[in-house]
Parts: sequence; C-alpha cells; structure tokens
Amino acid sequence: MSEKLTTVISKFYDEYMSSTPKKLKIIDAYLTYVLLTGVLQFVYCCLVGTFPFNSFLSGFISTVGSFVLAVCLRLQSNPQNKSEFTGISPERSFADFIFAHVVLHLVVINFIG
Amino acid sequence: MRKSQGTWGLQWLLRMSSDKQDTLLKMVILSVAAILAFSTRLFSVLRFESVIHEFDPYFNYRTTRFLAEEGFYNFHNWFDDRAWYPLGRIIGGTIYPGLMVTSAFIYHVMNYFHLTIDVRNVCVFLAPLFSSFTTIVTFFFTRELKDASAGLVAAAMLSIVPGYISRSVAGSYDNEGIAIFCMLLTYTLWIKAVKTGSIFWGSLCSLAYFYMVSSWGGYVFLINLIPLHVLMLMFTGRFSHRIYVAYSTVYCLGTILSMQISFVGFQPVQSSEHMAALGVFGLCQIHAFVDYLRSKMSSDHFNILFRSLVLLVGSIAFGAAAVATALGKIAPWTGRFYSLLDPSYAKNNIPIIASGVMVRLMLVLAPVMCVLGGIGMSAVLTTYMKNLDNPLKKEKKSTKKIESNYPLKNEIATCVVIMMTAFLMFYTYHCTWVTSEAYSSPSIVLSARGGDGSRIIFDDFREAYYWLRHNTPEDAKVMSWWDYGYQITAMANRTILVDNNTWNNTHISRVGQAMASPEEKAYEIMRELDVGYVLVIFGGLTGYSSDDINKFLWMVRIGGSTDRGSHIKEWDYYTPQGEFRVDKEGSPTLLNCLMYKMCYYRFGSVYTEGGKPTGYDRVRNTEIGNKDFELDVLEEAYTTEHWLVRIYKVKDLDNRGA
Repeated sequence: MSEKLTTVISKFYDEYMSSTPKKLKIIDAYLTYVLLTGVLQFVYCCLVGTFPFNSFLSGFISTVGSFVLAVCLRLQSNPQNKSEFTGISPERSFADFIFAHVVLHLVVINFIG
Repeated sequence: MRKSQGTWGLQWLLRMSSDKQDTLLKMVILSVAAILAFSTRLFSVLRFESVIHEFDPYFNYRTTRFLAEEGFYNFHNWFDDRAWYPLGRIIGGTIYPGLMVTSAFIYHVMNYFHLTIDVRNVCVFLAPLFSSFTTIVTFFFTRELKDASAGLVAAAMLSIVPGYISRSVAGSYDNEGIAIFCMLLTYTLWIKAVKTGSIFWGSLCSLAYFYMVSSWGGYVFLINLIPLHVLMLMFTGRFSHRIYVAYSTVYCLGTILSMQISFVGFQPVQSSEHMAALGVFGLCQIHAFVDYLRSKMSSDHFNILFRSLVLLVGSIAFGAAAVATALGKIAPWTGRFYSLLDPSYAKNNIPIIASGVMVRLMLVLAPVMCVLGGIGMSAVLTTYMKNLDNPLKKEKKSTKKIESNYPLKNEIATCVVIMMTAFLMFYTYHCTWVTSEAYSSPSIVLSARGGDGSRIIFDDFREAYYWLRHNTPEDAKVMSWWDYGYQITAMANRTILVDNNTWNNTHISRVGQAMASPEEKAYEIMRELDVGYVLVIFGGLTGYSSDDINKFLWMVRIGGSTDRGSHIKEWDYYTPQGEFRVDKEGSPTLLNCLMYKMCYYRFGSVYTEGGKPTGYDRVRNTEIGNKDFELDVLEEAYTTEHWLVRIYKVKDLDNRGA
C-alpha cells in the first residue's frame, strides 16, 4: 500500500512539473509559503497560547484569507477553468484579488490592536 | 410584464424602440413601488405627528442623538450613568451600532448640504426610506433568480407586505428597519458572486454582510443560511470552482469583518451558532483540493491517495474537536438559536425572549415569500397573457400555431388573468387595511373613539415626561417599571433604575419588590436606591388596559424570584379562590401594597362612569376595594390629564427620628 502511495505521489509530481503553466507554479509557490506561515502560527499558538486573542486571530485570518484568495486567483487564472469563469480575464481576476486584499488587510490592521 | 402591452398611451412612448420602452416601464414601475413602500408607512405620521414609537426606538433615538452630537469615538466609549442607577451601563460595547451610524451619517450629509433636518425626523423616516431601498434590492435579487418581470412583481409585493411593515412604519426606529435591507442586499450579492464566481462580488457580499452584522443580531440567520446553500450544492453535486471562490471569499472576509463589532466580539470563532459556517468552509477547501487531485490523475491512483488522505484528516479533525470540547473552547449552542428552530424552547426556558421569536421569524420570511410569490405570479401571468387573443396579431397567430391550440384558450386565459388581478387587488386592500388599523399606532400617543365617533387623543405620556424634565432636579432618580425606562431617559432626561435592556435581573427584581411591598418596606428599598420620584401608569380612568396594575403580577413574580425578595409570594396577592381582583374581595396584601396605593390614590372619590359608584376602575370593571387611604412616605407630585401617568415624590426622612 505504502509503496503504491509513493509511486502515485511521484507520478503526480512528474505530471505537475510537466503540465502546469509557469504562472500557476508561481502562485503555488506563494501558496506553499502562506501555508507554511499558517502552520507556523498554529504551532506558535499551541505552544505559547493565544493571549492577545484579537492579534492572533487577525494574524491567522490574514494568513487563511491570503491563502484562500490566492487559491481563488489560481482557479480563475487556470486556463482549464476558462469555461467556468466567463467574462473574467486574468487582469480582472488580479484586480479583484487586490481589491479583496485591500479590504482584508485594512480590517486586519484595525483588528490587530 | 403585464403592463408592457399597455403602451397605447403616449405618442412619444410609441416612437421609442421597444427596448427603451421596456427599460422606461421597468423603471417607472419600480419607482412607483418604492414610493408606495415609503408612503404606505406614513399613516402614523399623518394621523398623529412625527414621533418615535413604542419603547426600544426611544433608546435608539437617544443613542443616535448622542452619536450625532458627540461623534463616533465618544459614542464607542460611552458609559451611560443615566440608566441602571447605581450600576450604569456600557452602551458602546453592548449594542449593534449600524442603525445609529446610518442615521447619524444621513443627518450629517443632509446638514452638510444645508438641508437642515433634526435627528428626530431622520430617525422617524429612516425605516420607510430603507423600505424603499429594500424594494429596489428585491427587484435586483429576484431578477438574479428569475427575470426582470418576476422582479417587478416581487418588488411591488414586498413594498406593502404586512410582515415587514409591522416593524418598519415611520417612527418605528428599530434595528429590523434597516436589517431587512441588509439581509436582502447580502442575498443579492451572494447570488451574484455565486453566478459569476468573481472575488469582487464576493468581497462586496462580505461588506454587505458586515453592514448586516452591525445592525441586527439576526445576522445569525445569514451566516447559517449561506453555508446551508453551499452544503446543499455539494450534496447535489453542483459544487464548482465558482462556489468555492464565492464562499471562501465571503466567509474569510465576513468573519473578520463581523468581529469588528464589539458586541459580536469573538463569537464568530467561538460560539456554536457560527460553527456550521466554519465547517462548510473547511469542507469547501477539502472538496476543492480533492477535485484538483482527481483532475490530475487516473482514478485508481486517486482512490489510493484519497483513502489515505481521508484517514489522516479524519483522525486529526476528530482529535482536535475532542480536545476543543474537552477544554471548553466551543461554547454550547445558545438559547436564542434554539428558540428559532423550536419556538416552544423559548417558551419553556427563557420567557423573556419568547414573544419576539414568531415576529422575528415572520419578518425574515416575509421578503422570501414575496420573492417566491413574485416568481409564481409572474410565471402564471406571462404564460396566460400569451394565450390571450391579441387584436393586433390575430391573423398571424391563427395561421402559425394551430397544433398548440386547445378549446376555449382565450377564455381560460382571460379567466386566469382576471383571477390573478383580483388576488393582487385583494392583497393590496388587505395590506393597506392592516397597516392602517394594526401597525400605525405609535403607542406613545393613544387615540380612542369618543361617544360621538370623533377621535380623542391621549397625550399623557409625553405630558408626564416633559413635566419630569422641567420640574425635577437634574440628578433626580426616577423609579418605574422597566417598560418605561427608555422613554424616561430619552424624553425626561432623568436617571432611571431599570430599563428595557433587561440585563440585570436582580436589579429589576429589587424594583419589583419595592412595588409589591407595603409602604414602610418600600420606603427602605427606595431610600437604599436613592429614588426621588416614582412613576406609575394607570389606566383605570380611561380604560387603557396595559397599565401597571395589569402588569403587576409580573412585578410580583420577578420581585419574588431572588433571595432578597423571597418573602414576596405570588399567592398572597390572589384571593383565596385564586383570583386577582382589586375590589373588596381582593387580598389585603394587594390592597395595601405600594403599587396599589400609588395607582388608586384619591381615585376613590372620582366618578368615572355614569351609573357607577365612585372609584370605579374601567379596566378591571370593578369598584376598587380600598378607597380611603393616605400616603405616608410619598406625596403626589403630578397626575396627567387623563390620569394615565401618575408621579409621586418620595418624602425625605423625618427631622426627628421616629
């Protein structure tokens, strides 16, 4: 079973490297970075605690938000999903992404205390 | 729409292209509906005057005035020492500020443009104004769901639906007035976001949601309904990337936005009411990730990977949930939400919020029903309108579509259309009648029919409150039952002991004890609480039935519900037969308690109705039992024209110790 799992994963890796456009890979790198930040924050809160709860929440939600928004951007700029997002050009989706980030981080700054 | 065929009117209308005619008609119908929504709510202003209604709106009005005068920062940090004496109340952190901020904003904008309007008028007309906005939003919402014609019918129906009018007539200045607008706006933007899959609409939806959170506790409906929608889409296999984009954006932004309202605080990540939304959010992430993996590999490979992932994630999630519950991080579901699902829950467990639930449910469902009704109506009408014989196109039609014909087609269609029109007309008549008769009395100014059919106005409440304002010391403390607290602080500007924000039961209980005790006992309590004046509402002379004697059993019950009042037993106030009566048969405890004495002081010598003895109570329909008594610790300070409000001054201690 585990052997099979490793082959599956390695095959998936090869497939990913060969067939994913470069743009998406950049977004994926960003996603990995954000994910790691989130994990780090989570570990921190488990070890140290969540004392200024608003600060912790705003930090963590900022991470989650950034991650989710980047996933949205990735979905929208993936050429395979063209049919689902009619009328949303890559430029438009990036502008939307920025808009949502502005809203998100204005609130985060307000909330972080 | 039904009217689009009726363009036989103006010449210039015919000269326009049909597209333009269509747009113009839509706009005309929509604006008529919006104006109708505004004007149908003005009955009370026309009949009485521009006043704030009822109780809670007075609090909202007072806070709005404070906000408009002092600015947001002071408002946010406001500690109110005029209520709940001697405790006080933190206002900034215990209210939904959306309503006040909206009206203060309108007030400042109007004044900036030198349209001088005072805060009270902004408050009185805010609810009708927002009803017009709601009408317009309903049109857009229904248009997203079906088409423009359904939207117009829904908008017209919503503009006069009684369930909504009941909370939004002019002067009824309450959270619900703007919250319904926010709710429909959020729905509309949500549907828009789902349809386009754009982050932009999602962000706007979360902003609308923020507005909703800031204005009404009912936002909990929304944060459960939207995830429910997503969940249903998942179950029916219609989950797509668009829904992922919409929901993730809305949830992330909406959650952190909602936490900016200090009254909501950390609830969105802690209380169980919000956990459904979080769960669906997590589910969304997993669903999207699984979809992604599936698109990238063959199905056997995917199955292997999927199984191992499920095992891993499942065990982690289960462990985390168990730990969180054990540590008490997840609060149990709070009562208000249960009471929504099961109305009898509130009745059995939390009587104080039971009454509001049905009204609230009706309020939330009314717009939804209008939208559904609009879609149904417009579908029926458009189907049958087509079948009507059209004199202009008659020849063409008869040659073309013979196969879809059936006997009496035109007649049936005419019948259906006439029937539908009749339904709509009945609906309109009914709504207008209900609004005029049931929902448009301000309850601060009462009206009654006199013997000759003319309208008699009882303006005693305001008379009394203004008397207090002008004739008592600035720092006087006024004791009354909590129903009148908001009105006294707003209109008389005096400190009160308890008000309609019933957050401290022991304090209310103390006031109940004072009202239910004999004079000497009551005097001790009143001295303890620094009471200067006592205010009671008495309907015996006019027949106003919701006065303090009829509420008195509640005072007894609440008064006896705490340790210090355990000597007050409800049964002492009934006759041995278990009746509550104020005549000679009534229990002596009742006939000698403070409330009785304050209500019926000097009443024993008054003739109220022809052919009846003196001291005849027109609410209870009896002659009162204890007529001839004097007050020892109080003196009558003021009694209004119709005796509706009676104010007593608490005497100072005797100079010589007794």
